[in-house]
Amino acid sequence: MTAKVLTANRLTDGIAVWWSAKGEWQTVLQGALVANDDEAAAALEAIGKRDLAANLVVDVALIDVNVVDGVLKPLRLRERIRADGPTIEYAPTCRAKEEAA
Amino acid sequence: MYRYDEFDHEFVRERVAQFSDQVARRLAGEISEDAFKPLRLMNGVYLQLHAYMLRVAIPYGTLNSKQMRMLGHIARKYDRGYGHFTTRQNIQYNWPKLSDIPAILEDLASVEMHAIQTSGNCIRNVTSDQFAGAAADEIADPRPYAEILRQWSSVHPEFSFLPRKFKIAITGAPNDRAAIQVHDIGLQLVTNDKGEIGFAVYIGGGQGRTPLVAKKVRDFLPEEDLLSYTTAIVRVYNLHGRRDNKYKARIKILVHETGIEELKAQIEAEFAHLKDSELKLPEADVDAITRYFAMPDLPERPEGWAQLAAWKKADAEFARWLTQNVRPHKNPDYASVTISLKPIGGIPGDATDEQMELVADLAEEYGFDELRISHEQNIILPHVAMADLEAVYRALKSGGLATGNIGFITDMIACPGLDYCALANARSIPVAQAISERFGSPERQAEIGELKIKISGCINACGHHHVGHIGLLGVEKKGEELYQITLGGSADENTSIGEILGRGFEPEKVTDAIETIVDTYLAIRKDPSEIFIETYRRVGAQPFKDALYPAKAA
Ligand code: SF4
Repeated sequence: MTAKVLTANRLTDGIAVWWSAKGEWQTVLQGALVANDDEAAAALEAIGKRDLAANLVVDVALIDVNVVDGVLKPLRLRERIRADGPTIEYAPTCRAKEEAA
Repeated sequence: MYRYDEFDHEFVRERVAQFSDQVARRLAGEISEDAFKPLRLMNGVYLQLHAYMLRVAIPYGTLNSKQMRMLGHIARKYDRGYGHFTTRQNIQYNWPKLSDIPAILEDLASVEMHAIQTSGNCIRNVTSDQFAGAAADEIADPRPYAEILRQWSSVHPEFSFLPRKFKIAITGAPNDRAAIQVHDIGLQLVTNDKGEIGFAVYIGGGQGRTPLVAKKVRDFLPEEDLLSYTTAIVRVYNLHGRRDNKYKARIKILVHETGIEELKAQIEAEFAHLKDSELKLPEADVDAITRYFAMPDLPERPEGWAQLAAWKKADAEFARWLTQNVRPHKNPDYASVTISLKPIGGIPGDATDEQMELVADLAEEYGFDELRISHEQNIILPHVAMADLEAVYRALKSGGLATGNIGFITDMIACPGLDYCALANARSIPVAQAISERFGSPERQAEIGELKIKISGCINACGHHHVGHIGLLGVEKKGEELYQITLGGSADENTSIGEILGRGFEPEKVTDAIETIVDTYLAIRKDPSEIFIETYRRVGAQPFKDALYPAKAA
């Protein structure tokens, strides 16, 4: 089975999140809990359903990832962009401000 | 421009209160996502890849300085310091928090703006010519009619759950800058033999999965029948438009499947009932709305002519900007300025908070407080004295807004694509940026002349690729991005849908492919006055295919 991680968007601000190995939603992909078999994937799915119903997250999905030397890489470009952010230098002035802060 | 009356204020205030309550209940977990989704969409809130997105309506692309300043303020306070102007003449924010949306909507309401009907299966923001009211070639200002349609269509009880979204565009000039023939309803102001104003009416145009050019159903619809006839069209569509398949639900499919003659007969029959109803527009009402859009009092400024000549001589870059971005106005001492949101290598349609504020300041100081957004994703100062053009240019330059490329190859339309959009198959913005870099030199752009490239990240065609002289459509093939090229589209009075050339190109090969097409055009055009689309219409696709796919040609 292709390795899978659980992703969603946080209800309050819509920011993309992944279910972590620590058992919480985090805003970075690396460190997400990886399911390597059907049972683990079903467990992740159940967590997604639970937190959707609990109104913590929306747009819950299990996505395919490759794990190379412990680094997670989603198979689909769409998911890589969700994880890394837009591939363009958007609003560079505001980014500079954020980085300085 | 139009000012809200008591009714408008009350309506928007009530809607903000209602939606704020819905957001609060959603955040408290009292409403499920399934129940909330249609509510948020009705208020312009989408969920994209990275965050929520808020789409704010800019009715027929017209706004004043105060409103533009507020758009900048919202970008800074609630977003990441920028916004994206769209092909629907609206603005989208890419990073608002759901919990901030009520505050944003309150701020918008304070300047007579909102996000209602920017999504959902209703009549959307009516779009129009960005030079409306200023263009030397127009019969009349289309905006009063757009405003009448806005008022009529706002939470119209009969038309709030149409089979699919519904878009109306209106132009006051024979040179169509509003792409009316690719809208559900396209209206063109015309006069009859008696000199009376009316509309040529087109229906069933659209892009997306099934691109179709609209069909004309009326050569001349009297002004007073605008709402009764439009109601007749939307009613027939509402009754008979397909609801079983969302890809076949637009009016263009109904036109296509029913046949224009039969559909026209149904519309006329409906119209016969409505013609003398309360929908008939009283002249006094049209006059009252028209007064809101009166030309500002433009003082005589003849000194501009002599000054301009001197400035042009002194500064070649200014001269280029003047040639490309400034166009004639009804008043010879004035001009309309297009502020390019397509800096070389930049993101088409994006503007920072500071740029929005700068533009607002310029509108206030030099532009009679008027601004427009074009469907080609640029900002317009419709009324600027020739004598003030140099000062305006200097100020724009200081804000990185003085790119002199309107109508050139780098003045591209691009949708947000896979960098933001949840529906996308491929990215649009980086493709636009690479093309812009390749062709960025002013001399090269000028040599190529008018050429419209339009890029969409999926078949929904928000980037209008079907009507680009060169269109690029991003698709996903085996998990990779691939770009299909179409040639020969256009969205003006001679609207045509582009034809797919052949197999698609990988992202790293797209710019080379565009260059091959451009070089082919340069080699075969009759002379520099024959623009790309004219050459294409003269010679067809073959020379371009031969150049792009040489193995096949051999
Ligand atoms: S064309 Fe597709 S990718 Fe582009 S904005 Fe529209 S839906 Fe998104």
